[in-house]
Amino acid sequence: MKQALEAIRSQAAKELAAAENQQSLESLRVKYLGKKGELTSILKQMGKLSPEERPVIGQLANDVRAFIEQDLEKRSAELKAAELEKRLQTETIDVTMPGKRHELGCKHPLSIVLDELKEIFIGMGFEIVEGPEVELDYYNFEALNIPKNHPARDTQDTFYINDNIVLRTQTSPVQIRTMEKKKPPIRVISPGRVYRSDAVDATHSPLFHPIEGLVVDKGITFADLKGTLEVFVKQLYGEDSVVRFRPHHFPFTEPSAELDVQCFNCHGEGCRLCKGEGWIEILGCGMVHPKVLANCDIDPEVYSGFAFGMGLERLVMRRYNIDDLRLFYENDVRFLKQF
Amino acid sequence: MNLSMKWLNEFVPVDMEPRAFSEAMTMSGSKVEGWELEGAEIDNVVVGKVLSIEKHPDSDHLVICQVDVGNGDPLQIVTGASNLTPGDIVPVALDGSKLPGGVAIKKGKLRGVESNGMLCSLGELGLTTHDFPYAIENGIFVLGDDCDRTLGTPICDAIGLNDTKVKFEITSNRPDCFSVIGLAREAAATFQKELTLHTPSVKGGHGSAIGMLDVKVEEPSLCYNYSARIVKNVRVKPSPRWMRERLRAMGVRPINNIVDITNYVMLEYGQPMHAFDLRFIDEAKIRVRLARDGETITTLDGADRTLTSKNLVIADAHKPVAIAGVMGGEYSGIMDDTTTIVFESACFNAPSVRVTARDQGMRTDASSRYEKGLDPNNCLPALERACELVELLDAGDVLDGILTDDHSSKERRRIKLDVDWINRFLDINLSADEMKAILTKLACEFDGDDILVPTFRPDLEHKADIAEEIARFYGYNKIPGTKLTGASEGKYTPEQKFSATVSSTMLALGLSEIMTYSFISSKYYDRILMPENDPLRNSIVISNPLGEDTSIMRTVALPSMMEVLARNYNNRNPSAALFELASEYIPTAPDALPNEKVTLIGGLYGNGADYFTLKGIVEELLDRLSITDYDVEASTKEYSYHPGRCAVLTVNGKRLGVLGEIHPRCAENYGIKERVYSFSLDMDALFSCGQAEKSYHPLPKFPAVTRDLALICDDTIPVLTLEKAIRKGAGTLLEKINLFDVYRGEQIESGKKSVAFSIVLRSPDATLTDDQTNEALKEVMKELEKAGAVLRA
Repeated sequence: MKQALEAIRSQAAKELAAAENQQSLESLRVKYLGKKGELTSILKQMGKLSPEERPVIGQLANDVRAFIEQDLEKRSAELKAAELEKRLQTETIDVTMPGKRHELGCKHPLSIVLDELKEIFIGMGFEIVEGPEVELDYYNFEALNIPKNHPARDTQDTFYINDNIVLRTQTSPVQIRTMEKKKPPIRVISPGRVYRSDAVDATHSPLFHPIEGLVVDKGITFADLKGTLEVFVKQLYGEDSVVRFRPHHFPFTEPSAELDVQCFNCHGEGCRLCKGEGWIEILGCGMVHPKVLANCDIDPEVYSGFAFGMGLERLVMRRYNIDDLRLFYENDVRFLKQF
Repeated sequence: MNLSMKWLNEFVPVDMEPRAFSEAMTMSGSKVEGWELEGAEIDNVVVGKVLSIEKHPDSDHLVICQVDVGNGDPLQIVTGASNLTPGDIVPVALDGSKLPGGVAIKKGKLRGVESNGMLCSLGELGLTTHDFPYAIENGIFVLGDDCDRTLGTPICDAIGLNDTKVKFEITSNRPDCFSVIGLAREAAATFQKELTLHTPSVKGGHGSAIGMLDVKVEEPSLCYNYSARIVKNVRVKPSPRWMRERLRAMGVRPINNIVDITNYVMLEYGQPMHAFDLRFIDEAKIRVRLARDGETITTLDGADRTLTSKNLVIADAHKPVAIAGVMGGEYSGIMDDTTTIVFESACFNAPSVRVTARDQGMRTDASSRYEKGLDPNNCLPALERACELVELLDAGDVLDGILTDDHSSKERRRIKLDVDWINRFLDINLSADEMKAILTKLACEFDGDDILVPTFRPDLEHKADIAEEIARFYGYNKIPGTKLTGASEGKYTPEQKFSATVSSTMLALGLSEIMTYSFISSKYYDRILMPENDPLRNSIVISNPLGEDTSIMRTVALPSMMEVLARNYNNRNPSAALFELASEYIPTAPDALPNEKVTLIGGLYGNGADYFTLKGIVEELLDRLSITDYDVEASTKEYSYHPGRCAVLTVNGKRLGVLGEIHPRCAENYGIKERVYSFSLDMDALFSCGQAEKSYHPLPKFPAVTRDLALICDDTIPVLTLEKAIRKGAGTLLEKINLFDVYRGEQIESGKKSVAFSIVLRSPDATLTDDQTNEALKEVMKELEKAGAVLRA
């Protein structure tokens, strides 16, 4: 019996090593270890053994079973690994082939920069206000200290609907409407589209997007204007930006200024980018004219404020080196997809 | 405005580099746009004297000159000019010299004869006969007595081509700075230099002008001052070099002494002048009056102009002789036989000149000055200066007496000098004396605490205006920058957040953002097949549009989207998927502002897109906005859309928008030969029933049951009807319906279709029992049967 067990053991080992797949392993398992398997049938003869032999043979039979099981498992793992290896070899693909893409939409470049500006101003405690594009002459001009026949109207070639209604030439009327509705403290920016009757070319568009801002409170000073806009410019163009405030004129602010940032290219020496001036004009600003505050029932003796405005198109053109304004409104996907 | 630095230096000594000058002037408020050195392109050209002229041995039109350039060693120069005689003083371009336009002169041989340079014409020096009227155009420039004829002198110094022209951008509030004196005042304040102004004086002594011309202003509200002096025995000739030079540097072409004087005074004082022939003034009467409707005048530019009663004119007894502040009449202009002229110096109401110039379509130097508002008190000094120059230039005999009708106020405006307020407002700390010192430089005077503003500064009205003057000369950049204090909450409104969510969802779904003009042509409504009588044809009309294509404000965004799709199609882009948050302008009442609403419009073609691509995008968006209970209904009434492929979306009966395939005829109108898809959703409607913020629901604890239902129904029944029936029947247990098959054809009766759904049921409280599931399915079938569907056998 002992010999028979030994024979099973060596026979099983041989056959297992020769098994080519999981299926033959399974039939070997049944052949040796199954209910009707060879090992079982030997064990069934245990009754015939003497009590002295029984534990010895029993032990041996268990060893053989364990051995076969172990072999089975080992062979099974080997076969699995071999099969996987084979599968991996057949599954090789050209990993340089293009991926299956889900195309993303692209934000319009004007929106990209506008959103950035909004974030900066929100961070500085501003709200975003909006107002009508088809606007009363009063809000677009008169309330802003630009009466009829004022020379400043010449520089803002206006689209008229009738004598009293215009397409707004600036978003400042939104500031007037804000001041009428809301008492100080006021801290708002008003982005939006405005209209001027400029024929379309590379640098002109009858429709464009300024962003204007307004701060009104007790004790607002020219120094606040400077400090606030300096912070803004540094956030937009980097901490090392150099700015200067240059006197200018706007009918609705006094004193008025233009903010220049030192040319990034030549650092003030003068180059082609800054047209030799060394500085690039970024925005117009000034202290809100007392007449404008009074027009909105805000007492200029108690309150003061500052306002500013800049052109989004120009900021975007400078950022991306775009030299033709028309591209923004043509919306060719080959243009849009670059942003 | 160009400024001659030589002229400026007559009033204020600012002998400095143009760059430093420009920088400082810019920072005190007079922005310099650039500068130019006259003669900068000319190098190594000197004054020479022609010693001898010989014929060239091998040429009929060349001559050989020996020229003395002051170094004792005569140069041989060959020239083709025929206007020279020995002894002429001429510009000599030496070997290695440079001329305007990048011309370089080198010695060489002309037909075998050595030539060591070139003799120059006016044109070769960049000048014209306006600059030197005695010179000829086609020949060598022979220097006259008015030049420095010292041999060897650099030519630019010899002929005065060495000024610096500085170009200023003058803001509209500072008409006084459109003059040399105005800028000199700014320069004096900027550089803390003394301003030396000249008081003109006229000798006269040729008899009195009084009574020779009757001057009367009939519209004193439109003409504040009309003053004139008379000059007889006019001697018209070229002006002297210094005057021609200054005019040239300022960008004005010299003509003759009389014209030059009027221009010179205008540039120096900022006061337009007009000169006319006394002979042509009927009855020697000047009347400043409004024109009669239909009255005509031929202006100096030769144009016949019809006037209206809005136009102020200078008239004689019968007819207009000039359009006030804009242009003189041709008839009364200075001619060769003119002997007696009237110099006019007047001040007109700015808006009146502006309107007239605009109506007549002519902006002149004079009108552009007048329309900014000039100082009536400048009329007389300018007139005196003109007459002084007449005497200085010996251009005629000035008669005594000024003919004037003056309605102007001499009073200076008073503004209290509020030192504390200004210091607080600007965040600076100046004393009253320091402020007064700045203001004094600007010709302000003081009466106690009151500032007396000069009449040429009508822009100074308020203490804020004074603060600006202080700030300009204290230095904007010396004022500190402070951070805003006080709590302020910066935040987006719910509407703004909602819009941002809509945009980002569109982008994630692969649609790119576009921006289009809000104005369109009314013809565009035809292109989108809008019926003639559709109320949306009623649009806001621009009264002065740039052109037909941009003449009305759109009431629908579709034409703009179609145009962009068409442009992409024409540019051979194989596909496009686009969206815009587009404004639409719906008229309300006449003379009232329109209702401006925003529509989310999407458009796509190509890349395999079909109706369901489009609908999928809309469904994803609505899902993102938590809008679930919307209705979709097929519509044949949307004129821009394919009648069989268009749906209208509603929520509780309220229209959200429309989606579908664009009507082939509409696509054809835009030249697109592919199927085009578009949706429009009303942002207000989306906002009122949607939400940008999501809410959280706990994950399910119990398993779901999935059942598939294969149904048969009439082909005409929309799938949505079956879905609604399932929803109703399954009630709260329903988690999800998934349509997985629609089939028509073999094995299905004609006119019918087979529709297969898989339904997911789940209870949040417990695992569903078979009984519960079957009960729910029974209800579902009941509802489906009501809707006209039965289980497929």
